[in-house]
Amino acid sequence: MAIPMSSEAAKEFIPGWEMVIGLEVHCELKTRTKLFCGCTNSFGQEPNTNICPVCLGLPGSLPVINENAVELAVRIGLSLNCKVDESIFHRKNYFYPDMPKDYQVSQYERAINENGYLELPLSKKMVRIERAHIEEDTGKSTHVGGGGGRIHGADYSLVDYNRAGIPLVEIVSAPDLRSADEAREYVSELRAILVASGASDGKMEEGSLRVDANVSVRRQGSREFGTRCEIKNLNSLRSLVRAIGYEAQRQVELISSGERVIQQTRHWNEDQGVTTAMRSKEEAYDYRYFPEPDLVPLSPSGEWIAEIQGRIGLLPAVRRERMASLFDSVSKGSTLDQIVTAVGLGLDDLVVAAVESGADPKLALARATNEVASDVGNLANLTVANFCELVIMESEGKLSATQAKTVLSKMLESGSGPQKVVKSLGFEALDASVLEGLVDQVISSSPKEWERFSMGEDQLSGFFIGQVMKLSKGKADGKVVTSILRSRRA
Amino acid sequence: MMSSTVGLGAAEIAELVRSKQISAQEVTEEHLALVRLQDPVLNSFLQITDDAAIASAKAVDAKIAKGEDPGELAGVPVALKDNLVTRGLATTCASQILKGWKPPYTATVVEKISFAGGVVLGKTNLDEFAMGSSTENSSFGPTRNPYDLNRVPGGSSGGSAAAVAARFAPLALGSDTGGSIRQPAALCGIVGVKPTYGMVSRYGLIAFASSLDQIGPFARSVKDAALMLQVIAGHDPRDSTSLESGVPDLLSDIDRGVEGLRIGIIEELIDGVAPMVGTAITEAASSLSAQGAKVEHISVPAVRYGLSAYYLIAPAEASSNLARYDGVRYGLRVAGQDMNETYISSRTKGFGPEVKRRIMLGTFALSSGYYDAYYGKAQKVRTMIINSFQKAYERFDVLLSPTAPTTAFELGAKAADPLSMYLSDVCTIPTNLAGHPAMSVPYGLGENEMPIGVQILAPALGEVNMFRVARAVEKGSPLIPRKLFWE
Repeated sequence: MAIPMSSEAAKEFIPGWEMVIGLEVHCELKTRTKLFCGCTNSFGQEPNTNICPVCLGLPGSLPVINENAVELAVRIGLSLNCKVDESIFHRKNYFYPDMPKDYQVSQYERAINENGYLELPLSKKMVRIERAHIEEDTGKSTHVGGGGGRIHGADYSLVDYNRAGIPLVEIVSAPDLRSADEAREYVSELRAILVASGASDGKMEEGSLRVDANVSVRRQGSREFGTRCEIKNLNSLRSLVRAIGYEAQRQVELISSGERVIQQTRHWNEDQGVTTAMRSKEEAYDYRYFPEPDLVPLSPSGEWIAEIQGRIGLLPAVRRERMASLFDSVSKGSTLDQIVTAVGLGLDDLVVAAVESGADPKLALARATNEVASDVGNLANLTVANFCELVIMESEGKLSATQAKTVLSKMLESGSGPQKVVKSLGFEALDASVLEGLVDQVISSSPKEWERFSMGEDQLSGFFIGQVMKLSKGKADGKVVTSILRSRRA
Repeated sequence: MMSSTVGLGAAEIAELVRSKQISAQEVTEEHLALVRLQDPVLNSFLQITDDAAIASAKAVDAKIAKGEDPGELAGVPVALKDNLVTRGLATTCASQILKGWKPPYTATVVEKISFAGGVVLGKTNLDEFAMGSSTENSSFGPTRNPYDLNRVPGGSSGGSAAAVAARFAPLALGSDTGGSIRQPAALCGIVGVKPTYGMVSRYGLIAFASSLDQIGPFARSVKDAALMLQVIAGHDPRDSTSLESGVPDLLSDIDRGVEGLRIGIIEELIDGVAPMVGTAITEAASSLSAQGAKVEHISVPAVRYGLSAYYLIAPAEASSNLARYDGVRYGLRVAGQDMNETYISSRTKGFGPEVKRRIMLGTFALSSGYYDAYYGKAQKVRTMIINSFQKAYERFDVLLSPTAPTTAFELGAKAADPLSMYLSDVCTIPTNLAGHPAMSVPYGLGENEMPIGVQILAPALGEVNMFRVARAVEKGSPLIPRKLFWE
C-alpha cells in the first residue's frame, strides 16, 4: 500500500475560501487481548465466536482494565508529545444494537494523554493534539436489504460482537488543518507514528485506523470558525481527501447561495462520492456522561512512564533525520518527499543498511521509494542483505538502471537474491574483451560516423553505444562502452 | 436418631456433617421438605433447585467419605437472592425483562459458597432489580413476613430474609445498595450484614447502582453471619473495585466483649423513629455500657442529606446499568416496526413501575444541563457524608442507630406512596454512600409485636470491631417471644 505524498503547499481550493479541518482518528491497539476481558484481540474470525460475558456486557459482568492497553496508550501519548497523567473512565450512554451494554466505556473529563502536538513532515506545520484517550470498540452491524447499508429501511440487521471491547485510542486534533492534502499528510504521519511506537499495525483496510473529519469553511482572512459538519466512515486516505473536498465544496455552495450550513453528522458514501446527513445537532444524542463506577482511576507512575518511554522504537521524525544525514542537503524537493515516503512505509532501515554497506544513497533511496514502495505487500520477500547487494551491483555499473529495476521487481515477487535473478534473466554484464570486439565491429561498419566522432563530434557517442547495445542484445554496460570508444579514438 | 436439623445454625450443621453425625443429603432434604411445604404461603423462593441441591450435598458427603476437607459450610443450606447469576439456572431479578435468560456463568460469591461445601437450595424473591424496601415490587408477587403474613418482610432482599427467619435455610445472601440486607433483616428479626464496599466481589451480582451495591450475608446469629462473610470475602481479580485487603478474621475476637470500646449513638437517626424502636436502641446502648463500653450520643449532621443524595446517585447509575435490557440480545423482546419501537415495547412491557420511575429519575439527573445541579451536587453531598463519618470515627470505634424507623408494615401500606417507602431506608443509606460496613442485629419486639433491628456502623474495614459489638448486642438482647407462621 503506497501512500502518495505531495510537497505542494496547502492549496487554495476555491479562491477566497479556506477549509478548517479537525480530525478524530480511532486507532485499534495491538494488544493480545481485549480492553476489559481475556478474549483475544484479533480480526476476521467467525462472527460471535470471540466473546465472553464481559465483552457481551451480560448482567453481572464487570470490566477489568488491560495493562498492556494502557501501556500502548501511553506510548501513543508520549510519541505525540502529550502530557500523560492520571485519568478516569466515563460511560457514554446511548442505545444501539452493536453496543452490548448500551453505553460505551470511554474517557471524557480526564484523558490519559492531553495537549500534545504532531509536526507535519513536509510543511513542518505543528498540529495540536487535544487528547488521545482510551475507549472500547463496539460490535459491527451489517444492515441487509432496503436501506443501502444503513439501518433505516433495512430488512434486517446482523450484529457481530467479536469487535466489541477491542481497545481503541481516539486521537483528537485541534482544528488546525487547512486543506485535504494537509489532512492526508497528518493521517499518514500519524499512522507512521502509531506503527513506529508499536501501538498499532496501522492497517486502514482492516479498520485498525478509522477517521472522522470535522470540516467547516470560512472566507480567506476570517478569524471566526464556520459551522462544522462531522463526516463519519472515512476508511482510506482516498476517502478522506475526497470526502473533505466534497464537503467543503458543498458548504461553500450553500453559503454562496445565501443558505446556512447546519451543524450535523454526515455519512460519506464512497460509491456516490457524496456526504449525506445522518443527524442534526438537535437530534444529537445526550450521552449523559458520568464516571464509570466499575473502574478505578488510572494513575500511571512516573517510573512506569519512563520505562515505557524506553520501549518506544525510533519515531518517524528521528528516522527522517537519520536518513537525511546520508545526503548533503535535503531541506526540500524530491529527496525530502522520498525520505518521507520511505519512513512512512517503514523502508528506511533498508536504505540506511544499503548505504552503510557502500551503496550510493540516492540510488538506494530511489529503488526503495519506487520499486519497493510500489510492491510493499511483498516486502517480506526482500531481505536487507539482498536489497544491499542489488543496489551495490547497480552502483558499480554491473547492472543498468533498467536492469536493476527489473531485477528488484522479480526479487520482491520471488524472494530470490539478485545473483539468481540476474542469471535467470541473462543480465550478466558482458566481459570487456567481448565488448571491445563488438565496438570494433561497429566502428568498421560505420566508418563515416567514426571519422566524425574522431574529429570531436561527441554527440555521436550515443549512436555507437546504441549500436553496441543492439549487438549485445542490451547486455552491454553503457559506461564501459563509452570508455572503450574514448580509448579507440585516442 | 437425630432430631431435625431445621432451626440449627450454620456452624452447628457444618459440625454435625463434618463429624458424620448426619449426612449433607439428609440436611438438605429436611430443609427442602419444609420449603416445599411452607413456602407456597410465604413466597420467599422464586426457584427451588432441588436436584442441584441434592447433587451438591452428595458431593459434600462423598468428600467426607474420602476423608477430604468438605469446607467450613459443609452441607449448610444456603438461599441466594435472585440477582446473583447462576450458570444454567434462570436468574430473574424478579423482573419480566429477563424472562427466559439463563446465565452462562456463575457469580464469584456462589462459587465460593460451593467451594466451602454450602448447598444452594434456590433463588429468592426481591424487589425488581433490588429497587424497593418491601419486596412488593417483585413481578412474581410479594414475599410475606414469616411472623405475620399480612406484613412485609422488608426489602429488597425480602425473600432471603424471610427464608432465613422461617428456618428454610440457616444462611442466605442478599445485596445491599441502600439498606436492602439490613432493613429486611431488622423487619424479619435476623442478622444482616453490609460489608465494606469492595470486601466482597460483585462479579456476577446484577448491578443496580454499582458504586453502592455490596453483597452480604443473612443469618440467625452474629457468629453464623461472620462465618458466611469470611467465606465470601476476599480479593477477586474479576472485580476492579474489589479490595486487596484479604479476608478478615472475624471469629477469633468475636467474644472478646466490648470493654473499652467507644460507641456513639447517631442523634440524627434516633429522631422521629417509632417509640418502641427508639427505646430498643436506648436499651441496647445501656446493655453495651453495662458490658464495659463507653457509650455517648454524637451528631453526624450530614446523614440528614443521605436520602436525597442517594435518590439521585442510585437512579443515575441504574439508568445506565439497566440500559442493556433492550430486547436485542437476551430476555424479553416485544418486536416492533423498527429498532426504536422494539426498544420501547420491550422495556415498557418488561420493567415494572418502580424500575421505570428510577430509570426516569436517573436519566433526568444525568441529562445535559441538569448534571451539575443533580448528579454533581449529590456527589458533593456524598463527600460531605464521608467527611462527617470520618470526624465521628475520630472519637468512636463504632456507631449505633436503629436499622429501620419502624417495624414491619402491612402489605400495601406504602405501595402507593413511593416517598414514604423511600423513608424506610433513611437509617441505612448513609453507610452505602460512605462505602462503610454496617449490620443489623435483632433486638426484641416493638410496635405490632414485630421485630426491631439495631444497626451497628463501623469505618471502612472496621468489621472486626463491628462484629464484636454485634455479638455483645446479641448477648444482651431480649428473645423474640413469637411463633413463626408455620409453628
